[in-house]
Amino acid sequence: MVPVSYYLALSGVLFGLGMIAFVFKRNIITVFMSIELMLNAVNLAFVAFSRALGQLQGQVFVFFVIVVAAAEAAVGLGIILVIARNRQTLNVERVDSLKH
Amino acid sequence: MPILEYLWIIPLLPLAGAAVNGIFGRVWTKKAITSIALGSTTLAFIAALELAREFAALSPEQVPWIKTYFVWISAGNFRSDFTLQVDQLTVVMLLVVTGVGWLIHIYSTGYMAEDVGYQRFFAYLNLFMFFMLLLVLAANYLLMFVGWEGVGLCSYLLIGYFFLKQSATDAGNKAFWVNRVGDFGFILGLLLMLSTFGSLDFAAVLPRVAGMPSEPLGQAGVLTTIALLLFAGATGKSAQLPLYVWLPDAMEGPTPVSALIHAATMVTAGVYMVARSHVIFLKAPVAMEVVAVIGCLTALFAATIGMVQTDMKKVLAYSTVSQLGYMFLACGVGAFGAGIFHLMTHAFFKGLLFLAAGSVIHALGGEQDMRKMGGLRKKIPWTFWTMLTATLAIAGAPGFSGFFSKDEILLAAQRASTPLWALGVLTAGLTSFYMFRLMFLTFFGKERFDKHQVHAHESPRSMLAPLIVLAILAICGGWIAAPQLWGGVNYFDHFLAPVFALAPSAAVDVVAGEAGPGGASDLLQALFSAPVIAGALGFFLAWWLYVRNPETPKQWAESLSPPYKLLSGKYFVDELYAAAVVRPLVWLSDKVLWRAIDEGVIDGAVNGIARVSHESSDRLRLLSSGNTRSYASWVVLGAVVLTSLLLWLAG
Repeated sequence: MVPVSYYLALSGVLFGLGMIAFVFKRNIITVFMSIELMLNAVNLAFVAFSRALGQLQGQVFVFFVIVVAAAEAAVGLGIILVIARNRQTLNVERVDSLKH
Repeated sequence: MPILEYLWIIPLLPLAGAAVNGIFGRVWTKKAITSIALGSTTLAFIAALELAREFAALSPEQVPWIKTYFVWISAGNFRSDFTLQVDQLTVVMLLVVTGVGWLIHIYSTGYMAEDVGYQRFFAYLNLFMFFMLLLVLAANYLLMFVGWEGVGLCSYLLIGYFFLKQSATDAGNKAFWVNRVGDFGFILGLLLMLSTFGSLDFAAVLPRVAGMPSEPLGQAGVLTTIALLLFAGATGKSAQLPLYVWLPDAMEGPTPVSALIHAATMVTAGVYMVARSHVIFLKAPVAMEVVAVIGCLTALFAATIGMVQTDMKKVLAYSTVSQLGYMFLACGVGAFGAGIFHLMTHAFFKGLLFLAAGSVIHALGGEQDMRKMGGLRKKIPWTFWTMLTATLAIAGAPGFSGFFSKDEILLAAQRASTPLWALGVLTAGLTSFYMFRLMFLTFFGKERFDKHQVHAHESPRSMLAPLIVLAILAICGGWIAAPQLWGGVNYFDHFLAPVFALAPSAAVDVVAGEAGPGGASDLLQALFSAPVIAGALGFFLAWWLYVRNPETPKQWAESLSPPYKLLSGKYFVDELYAAAVVRPLVWLSDKVLWRAIDEGVIDGAVNGIARVSHESSDRLRLLSSGNTRSYASWVVLGAVVLTSLLLWLAG
């Protein structure tokens, strides 16, 4: 049996990649995808713990996260569409009207 | 016994009058205001008379008659009720306050008839009556203190009644502040009493004090401290050295106010308080000495200033200070009954003097300077004759009220200490001198006012009637004590004796010891006693100076310039206080309290906080770049910091 630490290491790497992409990428869609990557990294950790501890709660959480991620994807893509239509751009650095 | 059960009615009547006139007076007619103000005081007077009648029927065990109406303050172990009490002393004070107050209300309806603030004046005057009655009816020191402060407030309001005049508002402020000094002592005395005895009720404190040993001269203990602190309050309210300075300035108020508050009633509150606390004072011989000496010195000091004043009301004001000194002298030598007796006769003749002075001022259209009067005897005969009665009474002419009370005081002083007695006799001579000087300057000699502009006229009947009633009282008020001249009983002292049972009442001793067979020689002795002779000398000196040789006073003033200037400058006490107290205080308030503490520390702290938050937010503002990715970086950084912190704490 593969020890749980392996899964956790993989999860950490995935999360780190997602995080780095989130911070350094400029395209909104890529940013969005990096969020999904981080969510799934967390999902992996949940499932791994669930399996290792023999408890179901972790898997239930994963389902929740998947459902919320789906909803978020729907809303987020909607927002991205509106931004793209209004500003003719997908660059997050040009979406800084919060400052003003 | 209706009134004795419902004692609260007596103070409530003038309070209701004050409330009604204060609220509705502005829109009501003068007639309505008059009837409310006069009606409430008349009813209060009638109630006081009825109370005296019912009181006479009480058996000695029922005195003092104490009624508790409701719990006023209850906090922890401390409890103070709204309790009123009646004993012989209260009855005397009640009759004086309501009686003289009623007469002065009548007088005021004539004197103030043309004034625009008619309703305000009567609202204040009624309010004053309420607080004064509360003061004399109170059965504990705390309630008494409410009345005490209340009359001070009304005094302030009425001194500054003509508030458009700068000098009047200044005088009001002065009275208020000087009284604060004394009241501070009073409060300290009450706190010490509370911490020593756990109560402020007369009925709880005084009997316990009576059971304590007397504190000898050498070692002043808690009773002496309490007595001296209470007396500090009395020096403020009753204008004794060193706090008398407010009373002469208080003459800025309307003349009826001077008569009622600053001569007949309020200023005697200190005497009343000392007499009420006589049990404490008797156990503290040091305090008694202080009271006697302060009283005697004040009497002499004020009388000397009164000799050279030219403002008619100022003369009377200094005379009041001087007479109050006599009352404290009486208290200080243990003759509390004599002090209260002089309080009563003084209320009659000094009230009358002020009202008559008001009548003169009224006749001359507002002139108060005696140098611009003269020869008014024929023009305003009623005023002249009533004022002459009062002058004879205050000068102690045999048979008049002042004669009996002043002689009783001086007799008691003689038995206590010869120097006090000698100063008292000297003061009696000075009193007679300055009063007859006032009479001669005002009513005799040449008419020194402008006859074309001033048409001297007698006052209306509403002003003359109180003058006549008071004149009768100024003559007869002392007769109640007269029988002791031929070896009988001094009925006044006899009446008050149960209250002052503890005092080694000098007057009672006189009746018991010195009188007796051979009363006729006592009578002769009284008639040719030192104070009477001193009074006669004062009269002749005044007559010689101001009637016989009207030019001499001016020459004397020039040849005796330094002492004359000292007297007419009132010993420069005001200037001394200004330099020693007022200016340092102003400097402290301006430079330290205002500029350094208020502007520097308090405002500095507030402004500093504002500046720090403004500047720090100026820096923090830069964090909000509006860039989503920088926000995300901060979130990541925060998460990393928090996680490491948690791991570090857990590990």
